[in-house]
Amino acid sequence: MEMIVASAVGVLTAGGVYLVLRLRAFPVILGLAMLSYAVNVFLFAAGKLTTNLPPILSKYGEATYTDPLPQALVLTAIVISFGMTAVLVMVALASFLESDSDRINLGRSENAGLPVEPGQEEAQ
Amino acid sequence: MSDGNVFLIIIALLPFAGALLPGLMIRAGRTACAGFTAIPTALALTMLIVLAPDVMRGEVIQYELQWLPQLGLSASFFLDGLGLLFAGMILGVGLLITLYARFYLSGEDPMGQFYTYLLLFQGAMLGIVLSDNILLLLIFWELTSLSSFLLIGYWKHLPEGRQGARMALAVTGAGGLAMIGGMLILGNIVGSYNLTDILTAGDQIKAHEWYMPALILILLGAFTKSAQFPFHFWLPHAMAAPTPVSAYLHSATMVKAGVFLMARMWPALAGTEAWFYIVASVGLITMVVGAVIALFKDDLKALLAFSTVSHLGLLTMLLGFGTDKAAIAAVFHIINHLTFKAALFMTAGIIDHEAHTRDIKRLGGLSALMPITAVIGTIAALSMAGIPLFNGFISKEKMLEEAAHTVWWDNPWIIGALATLGALFSVAYSLRFIFHVFGGPVRDYYPAKPHDPPFGMWAAPALLCVPVVIIGVMPHLAEPLVNIAAGAVTGVEQNAKLKLWHGLTPALYMSIIAVIGGAVLLWLHKPLDRAWIAAPRPEAKTIFDTVIAAIVALTRRLTDLLFTGEISRYLAIFVVASVALGAVAWSGAGLAAPDRAPLPVDPVVWVGWVLLIVATGAVVVMHRHRFRALVLIGIIGLMISSGFVFLSAPDLALTQISVETVTILLLLIALHFLPKETPVESSAVRRLRDGVIALVAGGGVAAVAYAFLQRNVETISDYHLANSYEGGGGTNVVNVILVDFRGYDTYGEIIVLGIAGLIIFAVMEALLDGPAGRRLRQMELSQDRSRDRHPLMMVVATRVMMPIALMVGIYIFLRGHNQPGGGFVAGLVVSIALLMQYMASGFAWTQNRQRIEYHTLIGWGVIIAGLTGAGAWLAGKPFLTSAFGYVHWPPIEEFELATAMLFDLGVFLAVLGAVMLMLYSLSRLARHAGETVNVEPMDYDPVVREDKREGEA
Repeated sequence: MEMIVASAVGVLTAGGVYLVLRLRAFPVILGLAMLSYAVNVFLFAAGKLTTNLPPILSKYGEATYTDPLPQALVLTAIVISFGMTAVLVMVALASFLESDSDRINLGRSENAGLPVEPGQEEAQ
Repeated sequence: MSDGNVFLIIIALLPFAGALLPGLMIRAGRTACAGFTAIPTALALTMLIVLAPDVMRGEVIQYELQWLPQLGLSASFFLDGLGLLFAGMILGVGLLITLYARFYLSGEDPMGQFYTYLLLFQGAMLGIVLSDNILLLLIFWELTSLSSFLLIGYWKHLPEGRQGARMALAVTGAGGLAMIGGMLILGNIVGSYNLTDILTAGDQIKAHEWYMPALILILLGAFTKSAQFPFHFWLPHAMAAPTPVSAYLHSATMVKAGVFLMARMWPALAGTEAWFYIVASVGLITMVVGAVIALFKDDLKALLAFSTVSHLGLLTMLLGFGTDKAAIAAVFHIINHLTFKAALFMTAGIIDHEAHTRDIKRLGGLSALMPITAVIGTIAALSMAGIPLFNGFISKEKMLEEAAHTVWWDNPWIIGALATLGALFSVAYSLRFIFHVFGGPVRDYYPAKPHDPPFGMWAAPALLCVPVVIIGVMPHLAEPLVNIAAGAVTGVEQNAKLKLWHGLTPALYMSIIAVIGGAVLLWLHKPLDRAWIAAPRPEAKTIFDTVIAAIVALTRRLTDLLFTGEISRYLAIFVVASVALGAVAWSGAGLAAPDRAPLPVDPVVWVGWVLLIVATGAVVVMHRHRFRALVLIGIIGLMISSGFVFLSAPDLALTQISVETVTILLLLIALHFLPKETPVESSAVRRLRDGVIALVAGGGVAAVAYAFLQRNVETISDYHLANSYEGGGGTNVVNVILVDFRGYDTYGEIIVLGIAGLIIFAVMEALLDGPAGRRLRQMELSQDRSRDRHPLMMVVATRVMMPIALMVGIYIFLRGHNQPGGGFVAGLVVSIALLMQYMASGFAWTQNRQRIEYHTLIGWGVIIAGLTGAGAWLAGKPFLTSAFGYVHWPPIEEFELATAMLFDLGVFLAVLGAVMLMLYSLSRLARHAGETVNVEPMDYDPVVREDKREGEA
């Protein structure tokens, strides 16, 4: 089981890193999402892998439990990584709409987008 | 928290507090401003005088204010003989300088600023000499560099002032950095950052293998500050400062900080061969080089600057000798140098002020025109030359005595000879100061007509001349102070006798040689000066500028290489660097043997694993088809959620799956506006490179994860498990950790999430108003779209599901404390229910039915959570302490009410508001893009058509 989780984390990381190194915003966002999966699973697994031992206290006396702390940390991490993805998506969208290109690299000059003629602006 | 004499910390802080005054008081006039600058200085000096008798009896006064004792950080001060000497010098000369500057500065100079900087500097200097903690000392050390930068560059309109200030800051700042390293090593060796501990651990330090690095680094700091060769060049350039600054910083205080530090560290560092050869040699070279250059400087202040360099070299050399007698001579000379050099600087300032030039070649004959200044200048210069009956003579005599006895690399006479040479040049430039400025015939032309300044201006140097003569005639008066300060330097009580006449010692002969030789040199000055000007010699400023330019060019090349504006490159560098660091860590320490029994693998796990791997591979391969990649990444999310279910993490599974849904929705909306395909842009080589990086990184992470999973680690979770029910009142430990044990984190996290939502809203607002909004309106988005945008089936289904989904959300929320669930998940579930309405009936229709703004939800969420936390204060508990109790209402089963629940409600509202605000903001794009607005809930409504048909019929 340990091997399976570790390899899954590794594969997700590799995929994530490859996508993050792409040149357009969308694959980079996908890559970051995959990296978040990898990180979250890694953190979660840092506790201890257990099956059938939920972190709910038993009413019936002594019992063994799974490690709840990494779970609590990962839970907030999942929600925060959603917030991060959302902001990144917004930035990507904004830069695409502003520049008509979703390239992430600066420095190379390219078509800065369609020129806007003054007459085309219409009242909302 | 504190003990000892509270006066100490007041003395140290008074100048800083007082620095506020001059800036305000300048409105009341220049004299009032100077007066209010003098008040804190005078107060501090008075307190010092009150403490002085105790110190003179040999006591060490201490004051300690604990701050972070675990880190060895405390605001601790102490006052011993050495501290008393320096603090007295700093405050006493500070007062005189305040008086002098009042008359020196012209009406156009911003005087309030000047005095503020001066007091800041004074406070920093006092901090250095009073600190008992080397970390505190370092802070004050850097503060002197900064405040002296402000003072040197005070005349901002002069390029020399700005350049000189920059050079001083660069050199002393770099030395300060080196010293930080040295001090930290020292603190590590001793195990304490307290100076009093370090000073008693001298043997331990000197025997330690890190002694040499610590010594060199600390000496770098001291040498740069005290302008020792080869770092001496900044001091003459710092002379672009107003003369009061030169008199204060560059004779009495700042440049003595390096000497002070060497004296302070003497018991800890001195006495070894390394100390002797480094410190004494550097000091000797500085002394001779400074004296030689000083003779050929025509600018009065440059002459004095190099003479200061030379005298600092003398002090350094004496401290380098490492003997008690040399330490006594050094301390004595510190006092003497202060008196005559500050007086000389002020004299130079007066001449500059009245004659409007400092060029010796344009001066001369001033004794007839400004007799008072001439008397003061002559007395001080004679002392500098080391002429009997002035205090400089006695300390120079002691120095020569020590030099004559010191053997250097088995050579018994070299130090004595070179010291005599230095003294000889010193006599020469001192006599030149007297004869070429005050002596000689009155000139026909001066840039301005010289005359004696008002009393206020010559009072300060005149006052300094009093000890010059008194100590010169009756040196035994200085004995107590010298002995107590030298005792503090050496750590052994000193009982030196200071006498004018020592008999016919070698030092006396050396002195006589120096005086005669110096007079001859002055006589030969004209031809020598011509030869000096003709001779090629390195110009320090050019070298410095070249070095700085080279460093700038190097960093620019490095920056150009690394920062090309290509974020992919940064990310690649980041990944490679992280992997490399990981590899280093991996290869370093040996890993403990695996001690965790492996968990058996269920066959169904293999299915999930294969799906995950295949989906990941497919996303990578097909990432150019963006919709397909999005569908595939959904599979990965599902597999992760199932993994959480399988591995005993129901809360995580719930959160993951709802976040997954929301994320995919968000990406879908974004994709509506982004290009649907990613073009092939990178070359095959680049893709191969990225693939290799990715595989190595993935392999590394997998290895780390595997290594981690095989070993047991200590955990603090047992505490949470044990206290969750009794302390937090819940059986779902994950939820109790979130809302109780680590409630602070959660509170921060909902705020972050809320901010993320607001960022998206704000960016969208700005975007739609800008050119992008215009571009959007021209966008052609109607292609590939289904005619039936709001299908009947979906509308009806979502309407039916809405109450159910809401109820599920509430249920998940309520049970969260004891069963899987909670505010995070409930917020996500409810937002999905609402989003479904948007999807089914379109943006406009749903928006019209929305009653509460999403911003408000975020705000209320954070407020409720915050107020719940603050409620604990009412019960006298710390922030976010939870309380709970059990309630029994007859028809319902007994249930629990906990404040944690209220906190969770805040989490719920904030999550709901943030998620909705994000997606709502993104969907506003569509509205802007000119999409038709639907008034009806669905495109084809059978009921409406029925009515219409009936009407038509």
